[in-house]
Amino acid sequence: MSRRAETLLALAGAALVLGLAYAVPWLRFVLTIALAKGLAVLGILLLLRAGQVSFGHALYLALAAYAVAFGTAVVPEALLLVPAAGLLAGLVGLVIGLFVVRYREIFFGMLNLALSMVFYSVLEKFYAITHGADGIRLGPVTFLGLPLAGETAEWTVLGLALVLVLGFGALLRVALASPWGEALAGIKTRETRLDFMGVSPKRVLLIAYVASAGMAGCGGALIALTTRHVTPALAYWTTSGELVFIAILGGAGSVLGPFLGAAAYELTRVYAAALVANAWQAVLGIVLLCVIVFAPGGLWGLIARRRRAA
Amino acid sequence: MSVLLSARDLRLAFGGLKAADGIDLDVEGGEFLAIIGPNGAGKTTFINMTTGYLKPQGGSIRFDGQPILGLSPRRIVALGIARSFQLPQLFTEHTVLQNVALAVAAREGRLSLVAPLLRRAFRDEAEELIGRFGLSGVAQARADALNEGTRKLVDIAMAVALRPRLIMMDEPTSGVAASEKMAIVETLVRVLRGAGVTAVFVEHDMDVVGRFADRVAVWGQGRIAALGPPREILNDPEVQRTVIGIVPAGGVHAPA
Repeated sequence: MSRRAETLLALAGAALVLGLAYAVPWLRFVLTIALAKGLAVLGILLLLRAGQVSFGHALYLALAAYAVAFGTAVVPEALLLVPAAGLLAGLVGLVIGLFVVRYREIFFGMLNLALSMVFYSVLEKFYAITHGADGIRLGPVTFLGLPLAGETAEWTVLGLALVLVLGFGALLRVALASPWGEALAGIKTRETRLDFMGVSPKRVLLIAYVASAGMAGCGGALIALTTRHVTPALAYWTTSGELVFIAILGGAGSVLGPFLGAAAYELTRVYAAALVANAWQAVLGIVLLCVIVFAPGGLWGLIARRRRAA
Repeated sequence: MSVLLSARDLRLAFGGLKAADGIDLDVEGGEFLAIIGPNGAGKTTFINMTTGYLKPQGGSIRFDGQPILGLSPRRIVALGIARSFQLPQLFTEHTVLQNVALAVAAREGRLSLVAPLLRRAFRDEAEELIGRFGLSGVAQARADALNEGTRKLVDIAMAVALRPRLIMMDEPTSGVAASEKMAIVETLVRVLRGAGVTAVFVEHDMDVVGRFADRVAVWGQGRIAALGPPREILNDPEVQRTVIGIVPAGGVHAPA
């Protein structure tokens, strides 16, 4: 799909989000969470391009969310907290990345899973600091010095999420079409060739990994600002699985896929939970099965196919 | 002419199999050196050792006077040795143009994060190179949709895009239809001569060797059994018995 068409779709999507948030106030929360998770899934998509699946990116989500929760006690400014949390996640991603980009496929996935579960245990067990499974509440937050509360807070965080999503989406769109992005995709099909072209596949993947950690961190920071309460569940492996789930649901073909997937996921979850309270996971499972069998390119693939046919 | 690549007493054994048992070889700048020999003689191993994929257990390799033994494939590429593969190593989900353009971008050093891969400079150079290989018709085809012979050429084009001083080709014509073989090799030789590249290539087709090699090295059980001009080597009774003997009478090409 052309850059123009994708840009227009992205802007239309953003307008739709704002319209829905205005018309249906309770959707504001759901949509902000969807955008935040979509941001983390954008990082998963980056790794998927290289054929790698991380089952541990909840680590960065939770790390940044806790950083924001602790940070409110020191600096309550949202415009400082979010970038700082994203940077922290990126830095930790760099340290862990130096180690995990040496591995591929199942080993890559499991190493990420293991490290995220270590972090989960730390959050659970160091009760004196993290309050264990109870989690911690955020202190008061400001935006440009003004206190954030009530409806203003909801709109502000939603707006912040939209800005980050559009910014990272555009950045990634450019990066994926660059030589680096093509080399990243080359890791999936013929990694050895990169070495024999003088390119280090590990370095190419490391950049993707650090970026994915940073984006997951920004997503986690937004989640913390939205829910105003963080618990170790954010780092649990099911959260990581959820991110991969959304990535497959949305499709890896475009930077819009993750957000399409995240919106569909959160909305399905909300409505399925209301309709069949005890079986909403089953509904999600069936939806994913249908996507894998009938639309391997994800929801995005369905749209792209229709456009091509038209 | 000066010596470009110089191997001395290379040794490498896989268990009991001696893939390199004291290889001494000098490759002159500008020459086309063919390596022939039966399967398992260590021909590909020699390429793998020279390009950093395998580390010999003993000996030395110098490229333009500089020792390269133990360097990574990436460092060796940077020094000016590129290779192509017996089984083409292409980015299968990319087009031919993207494959070659990526090699051009890789040669230019740091892979940009912001400039598009197919920006004018990279694309023009890649298209020009693809044209020299006579592949313009498939530039937009996906690499996994090509026939074996074409993939071989794309594989070599990617190596040439790195602008090496020495190119090592592992069976450049295997898998190429017999009827197209000579035309393809002629194209290949023209491109390489035009680029002033020195070439070492493993080859099973004695017609190709006889026509295009300046010198022929005969490999046998990890050693160089004979070395000399094609006319002399290909008419050597011993070589005919051990190497060319495996080619059935009537000029049918040896299998890959």
